[in-house]
Amino acid sequence: MLKIRSLRSYYESLCILKSVSMHVEKGEIVTLIGANGSGKSTLLNSIVGLMPRVVGAILFEEKEIQHLSSNTIVKLGIALVPEGRQLFSPMSVLDNLILGTYPYYSLKNRQKLNEQIEWIFNLFPILGTRRKQLAGTLSGGEQQMLSISRALMSDPKLLLLDEPSVGLAPKIIENIFQTLGELNEKTGLTVFLVEQNVNLALDICQRGYVIETGQIILSGEREELINNKEVLRAYLGKE
Amino acid sequence: MPILNKKYETLSHDELVQVQLERLQQTLSRVYRRVSYYHNLFTKIEFDPFEISDLEDLKKIPFTTKDILRLAYPFDMFAVPLLEVVRMHSTSGTTGQPLVVGYTKNDIEHWTELTARILAAAGVTTDDIIQICFPYGLFTGGLGFHYGAEKIGASVIPSSESDIEHQIIIMKDYRTSALACTPSYAVGLAEVMREKGITPAELSLRVGLFGAEPWSEQLRKELEENLAISAFDNYGLTEIIGPGVSFECENKNGLHISEDHFIAEIIDPENGRILGPEEQGELVLTTVTKEAYPLIRYRTGDLTQLFHDRCSCGRTFVKMKKVSERIDDMIILNGKNMFPSQFEQILTDIIGKTPNFQLVVDRKDNIDKLEIQVEVSGDIFDDEMKKLTGLELSILKEVKAQLDFIPDVRLVEPRSIRRDPKKRAVIDKRKK
Repeated sequence: MLKIRSLRSYYESLCILKSVSMHVEKGEIVTLIGANGSGKSTLLNSIVGLMPRVVGAILFEEKEIQHLSSNTIVKLGIALVPEGRQLFSPMSVLDNLILGTYPYYSLKNRQKLNEQIEWIFNLFPILGTRRKQLAGTLSGGEQQMLSISRALMSDPKLLLLDEPSVGLAPKIIENIFQTLGELNEKTGLTVFLVEQNVNLALDICQRGYVIETGQIILSGEREELINNKEVLRAYLGKE
Repeated sequence: MPILNKKYETLSHDELVQVQLERLQQTLSRVYRRVSYYHNLFTKIEFDPFEISDLEDLKKIPFTTKDILRLAYPFDMFAVPLLEVVRMHSTSGTTGQPLVVGYTKNDIEHWTELTARILAAAGVTTDDIIQICFPYGLFTGGLGFHYGAEKIGASVIPSSESDIEHQIIIMKDYRTSALACTPSYAVGLAEVMREKGITPAELSLRVGLFGAEPWSEQLRKELEENLAISAFDNYGLTEIIGPGVSFECENKNGLHISEDHFIAEIIDPENGRILGPEEQGELVLTTVTKEAYPLIRYRTGDLTQLFHDRCSCGRTFVKMKKVSERIDDMIILNGKNMFPSQFEQILTDIIGKTPNFQLVVDRKDNIDKLEIQVEVSGDIFDDEMKKLTGLELSILKEVKAQLDFIPDVRLVEPRSIRRDPKKRAVIDKRKK
């Protein structure tokens, strides 16, 4: 579904990603593990067209998308749940959700929009009870649910998540990750998850990559990553 | 026959390129950080492992040779601390100082799958009883196959390389259905069976997995006949992982290289030039998943060629021709290159089966001489001298016709040439 070949991403003359190659297959949950500043967010931003300069190829469903604008990329079926949630605080929960329908929003599609909202409130019932509340007044966990929901409103084929667990209580994290796992199982949603919380990421993923200073240094099935002592030492603090 | 790992063994070309590129980039990054030899090499040739954007870029890196590995003995080529190594194996040291190689937990998992692929492709299943007559120990054959066979779920008899008569008793009593060993060991088994008057019908054998040394199609025919089995070839080498680099499917027209773990190239052994598809040359392998002992462009010393045709078994992996020769086996006689297998073919054609033979090379007055010693079985020896002279003469004639060289031919009694599978069939006295 998503293939990245030898991607370099630059901030001005600074090369952040150095020949990154990776792929995500349809229906997979793939995780990207890495420390602060290793290039995780840069990779996600490159996929959705937010980096000023990229060299290499990003293929989504066999089409090159590295030169497309973000709004076109969303329409192709990729949605990003950005780091720090990036909600529109002065707007209501409902309005935030409607903003997520950008790729197909029109009066004719009112029906689809309503169904989608219905579905979201089923997924995260708490958002339904808070539908009129301003996004900025929600708790951290609720905000993260809203941010994920807003991305899901665009009905994506591929969901990108940038550290959704940051700053949340373990109980809430568990809830959110469980919902993601169910979505993947029931609807076949493809997920590319960037996480610093490696335990969590390895729990939910089928496959993963490890990034260090802008390079992918390791990849493998979930079991292989758990077996790898480098991963254990560097990210799980074991041994 | 079933394909063990359908996802990887049937990858489309495009998917395979993606997997290989990802893994190659990670491997290069790892060896650059972890193996001082590669770090210094990349620095010296100004190769930036993070500049690699294409599989073609691999060609910029010089070959790794066995001599380089010898200099790094014992652990200098390891890419992980010993703490992470869970197993070590060693080469036999046939061609010099032995090497030691290491495996991490993941390496063992991968290797297990790779030998399981060999077995699955030969139709070995959980219903089989497999007798592994490869030596268990430093040699990779025994434990390599053992793990793969257990993964398949077959009942494993780890009989190792014990006394042949005992092996046959086990084979008969335990109703062994699959046999894994070197082809020469299988020849020994068949011989002892004949001596003891045991027919293959008394056994339950149905499949043989032979490897660890070059063997011919003729030998396959003989083993299939004498043991009443279907015989499959597999290829591997300790430096790369052990058995499991490539294996035959039911079509037996080449060995599929597990390309999700190894990148294969063919080069001209004389000058290192990269050869195209179907050109014969030396096999060069790069490991892309090995953690403990990764090798970049390792010269295997084995002669083969690659076929990219679509195989009807469904696997998309490239096929390599059955290895019948090592570069080291090549004999140069008065400037002409020859291989023991060519002599083997000639002798087989004339005698009707593969005889035990030996080539003795010497030099007199600056001219290379070759003596072919051929074991002739008792029944031929009992015949008149005339017939023997006739045999000598036809061998001589045929060698001259095919290889443009006049050898001396000497017929010797059975078992007078000592068979040692790891020893080459050539004795070169010129080097002393």
